[in-house]
Amino acid sequence: MDVYLPIANLSVNGLVIIGLGALTGLLSGMFGVGGGFLTTPLLIFYGVPPTVAAASAASQVTGASVSGAFAQARRGGIDYHIGAVLVAGGVIGTGIGSLLFRLLQALGQIDTVINILYVLMLGGIGGLMAHESITALRAQRAGVPLPARKRRHHPLVASLPLRWRFYRSGLYISPLAPLLLGMATGILTMLMGIGGGFILVPAMLYILGMGVNVVVGTSLFQILFVTMVTTMMHALTTRAVDIVLAGLLLVGSVTGAQLGTFFAQKAKPEQLRLILAVIVLAVALRMALGLGYRPDEIYTVVPL
Amino acid sequence: MTVASRSPWRLLVLLACLLLTGARDPILVPEISQHEIQVRQGFTGADLLLFGAVLSPEGSRAAQDYDIVVVLEGPVQSIVLREKQKIAGMWINADSLEFRSAPSYFAVASSRPIAKIVDDKTAAIYELGLKWLQLSPIGVIEPREQQRFSAGLVDLMRRQGLYREDQGSVKISGQVLYQARISLPSSVQTGTYTAETFAIRGGKVVASAITRVEVKKEGFERFVAVAADRNGWLYGLFAVIVSVAMGWIAGRLFALV
Repeated sequence: MDVYLPIANLSVNGLVIIGLGALTGLLSGMFGVGGGFLTTPLLIFYGVPPTVAAASAASQVTGASVSGAFAQARRGGIDYHIGAVLVAGGVIGTGIGSLLFRLLQALGQIDTVINILYVLMLGGIGGLMAHESITALRAQRAGVPLPARKRRHHPLVASLPLRWRFYRSGLYISPLAPLLLGMATGILTMLMGIGGGFILVPAMLYILGMGVNVVVGTSLFQILFVTMVTTMMHALTTRAVDIVLAGLLLVGSVTGAQLGTFFAQKAKPEQLRLILAVIVLAVALRMALGLGYRPDEIYTVVPL
Repeated sequence: MTVASRSPWRLLVLLACLLLTGARDPILVPEISQHEIQVRQGFTGADLLLFGAVLSPEGSRAAQDYDIVVVLEGPVQSIVLREKQKIAGMWINADSLEFRSAPSYFAVASSRPIAKIVDDKTAAIYELGLKWLQLSPIGVIEPREQQRFSAGLVDLMRRQGLYREDQGSVKISGQVLYQARISLPSSVQTGTYTAETFAIRGGKVVASAITRVEVKKEGFERFVAVAADRNGWLYGLFAVIVSVAMGWIAGRLFALV
């Protein structure tokens, strides 16, 4: 099935793109992450220009997180209060991200920066997740329950001025902390085309110290809005959102996401986390090798 | 002399005219299988047939052997070509060169290897071959560096199917008619493409003529490209609404299962 992408200016096999969407959708349904970290590199690998890939992947993440966010909202898993602060930070972040994107593009270093960010982020988070899930699985096998982790925010967060009460999260902290966190994920979303869920969730747990029952829902809420803003930002600045590409990805990913949720209910959370950690580490490794090995193309053409 | 014949009848009338005039050089009558390529949904590239006739001024037939070279060139663009180098163990963009007029597409087809048809000087003047592509870099650049970048660009574009050289693909029959098939990949840019045909004898270009092909997006593809470019707000909003709606509908549908 040949489909011509009017913005990317090339013809692709539509089924391959739908399959790609389904794969990342499956991940997002199973693990609650956007899956953008996989879509963007795979699209680039398939021959889609990097800017178009990042811009169109953002709208795919929107689609994949919608149904999850609705489901979480119904069971009261979203702290709208802290969510709004995160979204505000995210919007500022996408603005900064779009300026950075243009600056790096002009310097010709956008690809390198994206690659290095991927290696650092995915390598770090993947390593942490792997470590944590392996310890948890070992403890289960030995029959000794892990000592319950004390829920508290990072000392740095406590040192920030101004304090607000976030009831659902059970927090009394400075709103600057979630604002900064939102900004960081906003920048990453703009640069890497990812939702930032796999950064946001651990940060909410271990830096902000939010309650486990509202973490996933609130992160989905933030991702939903930030990816919407990112899509708008790309539509206005880089003009690289390919609606046909996004549509194909969406068809795959919304279906995949539903299947993923179904599978997720049948597996142990520790095992799921270990699988996700392995996937994340594999992508990071591939990216790291890509930086070190001689690339296929030494030259790249950029329109002036 | 420009020729825009669209039917065999016009060609015949033209032939008659040519018989009456008494020019010395042979005359080239080029034609192209389609003057407009529409980029629509399902576009996977196009095959162009460039054909025509070489006529001697005296008769209907060019009694001598000619060689034919066809050059199809896409719209030129200003580009930055970046070169990766290994720095601190990583391959990153280190050097770059700007070109004012790099063709987005360039194909050369000839009846025999170009080196056997013309000498280097003539080939360079008429840009007969990828080796002779004039890219006009911006700024003062060392010739060696320029050569390295030009070679890099040609190699890259060649592997993307946007630059091609097919020596010996032009068929000449009966010393009069020639034909060449040139294909365009789906990643071609839209714009006006010029096909220049050269008739060459004894190392000299004795006749040349130009025809044009328009490559343009049509229908939905055109609408999308224009909307993305001119109405960023509406386009972005539409993309957001589509993604939210699709995610929501899928959630609803699967809830029923």
